Amino acid sequence: MQQPRTSPEIGGMGHPVKRREDERLIRGKGTYVDDIKLPGMLYLDIVRSPYAHARIVKIDASRALAMPGVVAVITGQDLAQHNLHWIPGLMGDDRVMVLPTEKVMFYGQEVAAVVATDRYIAADAVTAVDVEYEPLPVVVDPRKALAPDAPILRTDREVASNHCFHWEVGDREATDRLFAEADVTIRQEIYIPRIHVASIETCGCVAHLDRTTGKLTIWMTTQAPHVVRTAYALVTGLPEHKIRIISPDIGGGFGGKVYVYPGYVLATVASILTGRPVKWVEDRTENLTADAFARDYHITGELAAKKDGTLTALRIHTISDLGYTNNQANPSKFPAGLFHICTGAYDFQAAHVTVDGVYTNKPPGGIAYRCSFRVTEAVYTIERLADIMAHEIGMDPAEFRLKNFIRPEQFPYKSALGWEYDSGNYAQALRLAMEKIGYWDLRKEQAERRQRGELMGIGISSFVEIVGAGPAKHFDILGLKMFDSAEIRIHPTGKVIARFGTRHQGQGHETTYAQIIAEELGIPVADITVEEGDTDTCPYGLGTYASRSTPTAGAACAKAAQKIREKARKIAAHLLEVHEDDLIWEPGRFYVKGSPDRFKTIQEIAFAAYTNPPPDLEAGLEAVHYYDPPNLTFPFGSYICVVDIDKGTGEVHVRRFVAVDDCGNVINPMIVEGQIHGGLTMGLAPALYEEIRYDENGTIIGGSFMEYLMPTAMETPRWETYRTVTPSPHHPLGAKGVGESATVGAPAAVVNAVVDALWHLGVRHIDIPITPYKVWQILRERGITE
Amino acid sequence: MALHDIRLKVNGVEYTAQVEPRLLLVHLIRDVLGLTGTHIGCDTTHCGACTVLLNGEPVKSCTVLAVQADGGEVLTVEGLERDGQLHPIQEGFREEHGLQCGFCTPGMMMSAYALLQQNPNPTEEDIRFAISGNLCRCTGYVNIVKAIQYAARKLHPPQ
Ligand code: FES
Ligand code: FES
Repeated sequence: MQQPRTSPEIGGMGHPVKRREDERLIRGKGTYVDDIKLPGMLYLDIVRSPYAHARIVKIDASRALAMPGVVAVITGQDLAQHNLHWIPGLMGDDRVMVLPTEKVMFYGQEVAAVVATDRYIAADAVTAVDVEYEPLPVVVDPRKALAPDAPILRTDREVASNHCFHWEVGDREATDRLFAEADVTIRQEIYIPRIHVASIETCGCVAHLDRTTGKLTIWMTTQAPHVVRTAYALVTGLPEHKIRIISPDIGGGFGGKVYVYPGYVLATVASILTGRPVKWVEDRTENLTADAFARDYHITGELAAKKDGTLTALRIHTISDLGYTNNQANPSKFPAGLFHICTGAYDFQAAHVTVDGVYTNKPPGGIAYRCSFRVTEAVYTIERLADIMAHEIGMDPAEFRLKNFIRPEQFPYKSALGWEYDSGNYAQALRLAMEKIGYWDLRKEQAERRQRGELMGIGISSFVEIVGAGPAKHFDILGLKMFDSAEIRIHPTGKVIARFGTRHQGQGHETTYAQIIAEELGIPVADITVEEGDTDTCPYGLGTYASRSTPTAGAACAKAAQKIREKARKIAAHLLEVHEDDLIWEPGRFYVKGSPDRFKTIQEIAFAAYTNPPPDLEAGLEAVHYYDPPNLTFPFGSYICVVDIDKGTGEVHVRRFVAVDDCGNVINPMIVEGQIHGGLTMGLAPALYEEIRYDENGTIIGGSFMEYLMPTAMETPRWETYRTVTPSPHHPLGAKGVGESATVGAPAAVVNAVVDALWHLGVRHIDIPITPYKVWQILRERGITE
Repeated sequence: MALHDIRLKVNGVEYTAQVEPRLLLVHLIRDVLGLTGTHIGCDTTHCGACTVLLNGEPVKSCTVLAVQADGGEVLTVEGLERDGQLHPIQEGFREEHGLQCGFCTPGMMMSAYALLQQNPNPTEEDIRFAISGNLCRCTGYVNIVKAIQYAARKLHPPQ
C-alpha cells in the first residue's frame, strides 16, 4: 500500500484530508444556479409536446401574451430568423432542435418558451399557449425503425432512412474462424434499457446580456463550461471574449450536464431580446422526460471457448437507440464511445464488434450515467457473457475468470480491439474480493440452501474501465482536443491560487487538486485555493466527465507544480549561493547536499521570487500546463455480490457486496471511498430499479420519482470496500481516476448473482431492471411458490 | 390573486409577508426570504431536498403552502449553526464525508435533526428509515449514516 510522503499538516497524496468545499455546503451557503437572483430577472418556462411525433399546424400565443406579467413568447419561427432553431449536436455530424418549426420528434419536446416576471406566471402562461398538432405515426422500437416499411422520421435529412450510422472494429474473419473452431459457443440477447442520471439538482441557467458592455454571462449547470463558451461563439457568432460561462456549485452531474439543452439557448435568446437577466430551471418531470438519456443498447453477444474454459473470441452486435438525433456525448471519432473495451479483463485471440445507430421518436442523448463513454454497456455485456459461459461449461465463475484474465506480466497489454491497457493485476483484485467475502464458504452455504429449496446467488464482476479521455491524437469534441489544464500561482507569502479547466460536481476537486499541489510543492493544503468553472478566469479545458479530471487536469496540476519547483530550485540556488545541482528537494524545501541545515523553504523562495529574484530570471512564481495524456488509464476491480431471493414476492435482497477497486495511486482515500460508495449505488440502481419506459405512442411512462425508482437508504446495502494499488505507468502521479468505476462494475455483479440463484431452474439471463415482478413471474412459470 | 398576510418565525427571526395562497413554502423560504440553503429536487414530494422543520416536525416544504405556515416556526439548514458553532450534525457530515455535491445535504441534515430529537440513540435501521424520504444520488448513504451516528454520539455521549 502506498504511504504518504508528506505530513498530515501538509496533506499531500494519500491523506484523508477533510473536504474544503464542505464548509459552505453544510451551512446551506453553496451557490447553485437556482440560488442566483439578479435585479429585474425574468423567468422562462417551456411549452412541451404532448405527442411523440406530430406536425405543428399552428401556435397561437395571444392568450398567453395577454396575461399580466408575461413579457414574451418565443417560437421556432422566431429562432429560425436567426438560424438558431437547429444547433449542432455534440457528435458534430448531426443536429439538435432548439424549437421546432415543422414537427416535433418526441414526447415532451420543447415547442415554445414563455418569459414572465415570475415563475408562477410563466407556468400559468405555458398552459395558455395554444398549439395545434397533426399527429404522425410514431416509431418507438429501434428494430422496427429499421424495417423497410417504417415511416422515415428525419425528413430533414437527405438520406431517407432511420439508420444513422454503422460502426465496426476488430477482425471479423479471425473472429468467425475462432467461432467455427470453438468447442463451446454461447449467444445471448441483452437489453440495457434507457435510464436517467437524475442528479438531485435538475438543469438550469441564468442568462444575462449586459447591453452596455455587450457581455453575455451565463450561470449554467454545466460540466464543461469552456466547451459551451466556444460552441456558443461558433453557433451564434458572438465574440468569444464577450461570453462568460460560470458553472457555480453543481448538484450532481453524472454526464447529464454536458449538453447544451434547448432551455439554455432559449434563456440566452430571451435575455438578448429583453435586455434583462432570464432564469430557466427545469422541473423533475422535464428533466426525466426531455434531458439526455443513458444507454438504450440492444445487444447480441457471443463468446467462443475451448472445452477447458479458455476463451478465444468475442462477437457483439448492437443496435443503439439514439432517439430522434445523434446527440451522443462521445468523442467525435467514436460513435459508440469506448464500447470496444468490451473484451474486458480477458485475453482474447480475436474480437469483432458492430454498432448501428438508429433514430426513434424519443429524446436524444447517449450520455454516460456516471461512467466513461459507453463503458458500462461494454463491461456489463462481457461480464454477463463470461458468467453465462462459466455456468454453461460447469466451471465456477471465479475460477473461470482467474483462468482467462490477462496476466500481470502481459502489461502493457494490447487488446484484441486495439487498446493498450496501461497496467493491471486482475487476479489479485478478484482473490482479495473472494477472501474478504469468504467465497468458498458462501458456495457451500448456497449448496445447502439449494437443498432446502432456498434461492441464494453469488455474482462476480471483474471489470476493466477505460477513462481519462484522452490523447489529442484520437480524442476531440467538436474538434477541441481533449487535453486539460492547470494554472498555479504562488503569492509572495507562499499562499496559492490554482485554477483548472475541469468542473467538479461533488468529486471534491477543491480538496484533491490542493493535495496534488501540496504533494509536489510541500505547501499545506490549507494555504491553497482551488477554483474551477469560470471561463473568464480559468484556463481552457474540456471539463469533468468520464473520470477524466484526475487523469488529465490532475496530471496538468502535477506538471505545473513541477515547473514551479524547477524555477524554485533556481531561486533557492541564488539565495543559498550554490549550484542548482547541489540542491536536494524534500516536500517544502530545498537543502544543500551534505548540509541539511542550509535550506530555503518554498515560502521563503516564493517571497524571494517577488522581492529578490535572481538577476537572470523572470520575477514571479507561477505556471500553466496543458496536459495531453499519452494514453488512457485503465482502472479495474472485482466485485462480489450475494443475494437472497424471496420466493413469495420475487424480491431480490442484496445481502452483502464486497468491492475491490484499483484506481492506481490514491490522492485522498476518504474521497475515493466515497466515490466508490456512490458509484456502487448507481450501479445497483439500474440493475434492480431504474428504467425510462415508453408506451406505443412514445409517451413516457412515469416521468417522476414516483415511477423512476432511485435507491433510498433502505434499499442500499452497506457497501464493503477494499483496494489494491497498481499505479498507472504513464500518469505523473500514478493515478487512474475513480469516480465511475463502481457504476461500471456493479450492475453485472448484481445480475450475475440473481441469475446464479436461478440457474438451476433453467434461467440464463434476465434483462435489467430485475424487478420483483419479473422474478415472481419466472418463479411462477416454474411452479415455484413460497 | 388575492394576497394573504402571513407571519412566521424562521430560524428564530420574525418575518411577515404578503403571499399568494398558492405560494409554496419552499419558494417563500428561498425566493422571498432569500434562504437558499433549502433546495428543490422534484415536484412530487419524493426527493426531500426541501426538508425543513415546521413546528418541530420535518416537512417537505415543496408540499406545504406558505399560508399553512402562518403563525408557525420554521427551522432551515441556515438555523443549525449557533453562535458560529456548527451543529454536531453538520460536523458529522464533514467528518464522515457525508456529502459530495451537497445538494441533498441540507434536507438530509434536517431529517437527521428531526430523528435525533425524537430518538437520541437510533440504530442504523432507524437512521436509514428516517432518511428514506431523502434521496441522495452521490454518496450511497453509507457515510450519511455514519455522519448521523457521529452526531448522535456527540449529542449524547455514551455514559
Ligand atoms: S423538492 Fe420537495 S420533495 Fe423534492
Ligand atoms: S451529495 Fe449529491 S445528492 Fe447527496
